[in-house]
Amino acid sequence: MSIDTDTAARVAKLARIRVEDDQLPALAQEFSNILEFIEQLNEVDVDGVEPMVSVTPMRLKRRQDGVTDGNQQDKVLSNAPDAREGFFAVPKVVE
Amino acid sequence: MSDLTKMKVAEARDALRAGDVTSVELTEACLGAIEGAGALNAYVHKTPEIAIEQAKAADDRIKAGDAPAMCGIPMGIKDLFCTRGVASQAASRILEGFKPEYESTVTTQLFDAGAVMLGKLNMDEFAMGSSNETSCYGNAVNPWRRGNDDSQLTPGGSSGGSAAAVAADLCLAATGTDTGGSIRQPAAFTGITGIKPTYGRCSRWGIVAFASSLDQAGPMTKDVRDAAILLQAMCGHDPKDSTSADLPVPDFEAMLTGDIKGKTIGIPREYHMEGMPEEIEALWARGREMLADAGAKIVDISLPHTKYALPAYYVIAPAEASSNLARYDGVRYGHRATLAAGEGINDMYEKTRAEGFGPEVQRRVMVGTYVLSAGFYDAYYNRARKVRTLIKKDFEDVFAQGVDAILTPATPSAAFGLGEMQDADPVQMYLNDVFTVTVNLAGLPGVSVPAGLDKQGLPLGLQLIGRPWEEGDLLNTAYALERAAGFVEKPAKWW
Repeated sequence: MSIDTDTAARVAKLARIRVEDDQLPALAQEFSNILEFIEQLNEVDVDGVEPMVSVTPMRLKRRQDGVTDGNQQDKVLSNAPDAREGFFAVPKVVE
Repeated sequence: MSDLTKMKVAEARDALRAGDVTSVELTEACLGAIEGAGALNAYVHKTPEIAIEQAKAADDRIKAGDAPAMCGIPMGIKDLFCTRGVASQAASRILEGFKPEYESTVTTQLFDAGAVMLGKLNMDEFAMGSSNETSCYGNAVNPWRRGNDDSQLTPGGSSGGSAAAVAADLCLAATGTDTGGSIRQPAAFTGITGIKPTYGRCSRWGIVAFASSLDQAGPMTKDVRDAAILLQAMCGHDPKDSTSADLPVPDFEAMLTGDIKGKTIGIPREYHMEGMPEEIEALWARGREMLADAGAKIVDISLPHTKYALPAYYVIAPAEASSNLARYDGVRYGHRATLAAGEGINDMYEKTRAEGFGPEVQRRVMVGTYVLSAGFYDAYYNRARKVRTLIKKDFEDVFAQGVDAILTPATPSAAFGLGEMQDADPVQMYLNDVFTVTVNLAGLPGVSVPAGLDKQGLPLGLQLIGRPWEEGDLLNTAYALERAAGFVEKPAKWW
């Protein structure tokens, strides 16, 4: 399938990656090439085949739903680009 | 003693226990070698103070008679592992300045066993690449060269810094991670040994996630014995990783007898690739002979869905990556873009990610977003997961026929020149993983063993693929192959 620039722009938006308009045709072309490669999968007969969920059959373990950690606000915030008064700070979200 | 850095883990362990050398001496020798090897760009964050402190503690433990195998062994750690208080960037600009407040489970186990960290190693950004050229730190360089030609070659990727550091004796061993071949391909390109264990053997906790259903950590070492020793220290159940297997870890080193009489080795016909260099075909044939001479039974087998492994991988891995990398939003850690007046939170996300992610990471995140988007989920993502089921079944079928291990080439070529693939379509680069990616999709253990040199004097590797959870048996077959191949060449020092 060939990807047009509108689709490329929509995907970039969904992925939250800013792509300048003049870059969109090249991006669309790259997507098209990759998708063409991926479309070989259409040759495979997958009727009745279950999509893989877990590569090693395993039952996920259960554990007590209890608090095991905490009280380290300073550590949680230590790598934040902007932290104030014990919170992560971001640009205004609600007008 | 200038030869200290050339020691293998097993030799160093024995020398440390015998009191012939101290961990501080080994560590200082490695730190000296690293200082002189800037041209390889293998280490991107050096940690000499931590190394010396750990080495002193290791020497005390050895003196006290409490010395696990890895105690006092100086190692390099791939930048993908979170290490407390030490930059852990996954070779990405978006994690600039990030110093984790916690330690990954694998490095915790290694440090608890007394291992010494020399520094963090170069890699492709978020482990997405096959040449170490997508790193925000610049290329790592292969210590091997084509004869007298001084053009720089790739050490492979994504664990390119780990491979270069082990091959150039800038550490005794290193950690790597492997999502589609990122341990085995660079090991083959640099003449070293690397094993990706069964999915679930090593905890993924604290390793920056790329594609969670495929990612596994593993050792990169100078020989098979060292791989067995290091793998044992890295493996084990971890309640913090829900996919980590609660299985006992055997003594892998004790399983290295070199006796493979009566084992059945499969040779998959689908791995004869069109356009593959004759030398690789010849090496593969020699590997077959070597295992037969060692007493194994060789059978031709078929893995019919091999051709579809790469396209399936390039749906599943980007899909998982797009989800895993959603966390890099400029809020909790790493880079945040500077905003202009009036720009809001969506501008912050979009600009931060455009500035922080390199082109290959952006490409994969967007491809992943596309294949997961409404209307395409079934056509791409679900179809790829069904094909993955078939690829795994291919392996289950041959194992059920009595095959113990599968022999293939590790890579479709020797190391190529840095920049040589620059103008190629991204898909061309993806073909590097054609022999390794099936193993990740099927969750199996795979090991790359150096087996010879090509006409240009570059190392070539063979891959052995084993049954799930049977790394010990696989390593023993690798050990038999290593002994038969007798590969001892090292790169001539130019750096």
